[in-house]
Amino acid sequence: MIALAVEEKTQRSALLVLGCPQVPVQTSIALYLIHRLTQAGFKPVVAGNRSAVTLLVVADPKRYYLGEVLDLDRAIDLITEKKRDFDLCFVFIHNDAGISYAATMGAISKARLYAIIYGEHYDQIVSSIDFPCQNIAAKSIHNPMPLKKMLDEVAPWGA
Amino acid sequence: MGCVESLPYEVILRGSSFKESRDYVKEHFKEFINVKPGFKIFDTHIIGIPPIAIGLDGDFVIFPYTKPCHGTFLLRVEDPEEAKRLRARKQE
Repeated sequence: MIALAVEEKTQRSALLVLGCPQVPVQTSIALYLIHRLTQAGFKPVVAGNRSAVTLLVVADPKRYYLGEVLDLDRAIDLITEKKRDFDLCFVFIHNDAGISYAATMGAISKARLYAIIYGEHYDQIVSSIDFPCQNIAAKSIHNPMPLKKMLDEVAPWGA
Repeated sequence: MGCVESLPYEVILRGSSFKESRDYVKEHFKEFINVKPGFKIFDTHIIGIPPIAIGLDGDFVIFPYTKPCHGTFLLRVEDPEEAKRLRARKQE
């Protein structure tokens, strides 16, 4: 029991900040990333709007992969008020709003920040990011494999 | 979490990029302050790329509001108390 409590206290955590689920690869890559993080011993926590989170909940009804889920605004509140923070933070970006959320996470959280960039205009997004973070980017829209390949090359779960 | 949607707001810019909304504030309002992401305004933590420009025009507060699926809106809300609070911060 004591060992379990210590393990929980020392377990590293990772926050996945989902963007608008308009681009199909987001849900697939999020589930894959949750899997890899869990295998590496991280506790993954997902934050997103209702649609983005519901896509994951429906795809994983028995929660084999998905663990804790937070409302996006609630997650921002908790981190800003220093009630909670994470070791790693992944922000999914395929539009301008995603850049704003990534910049915000970089400003309010002490987590190592990764920007997962995809979609039709992924290269424009990469060139417009001028704050410190590690980019993981590919022109993935329907096919998650280009983005999965980039994710595997960076292997942030080994951080 | 405050609910910006419940405020009596006027939309100045809709579906703009964050940079466009910042440039608009700086070009159209003589009085503005720069804040960091997470700064609380109308009981809501503001989202954006620093510096985030908040305009002040009499009793009106002009600020960006970002939603994941809808981009950034530049909103104008009349609130003398909030405008006063922000001006006091400017003088800190």
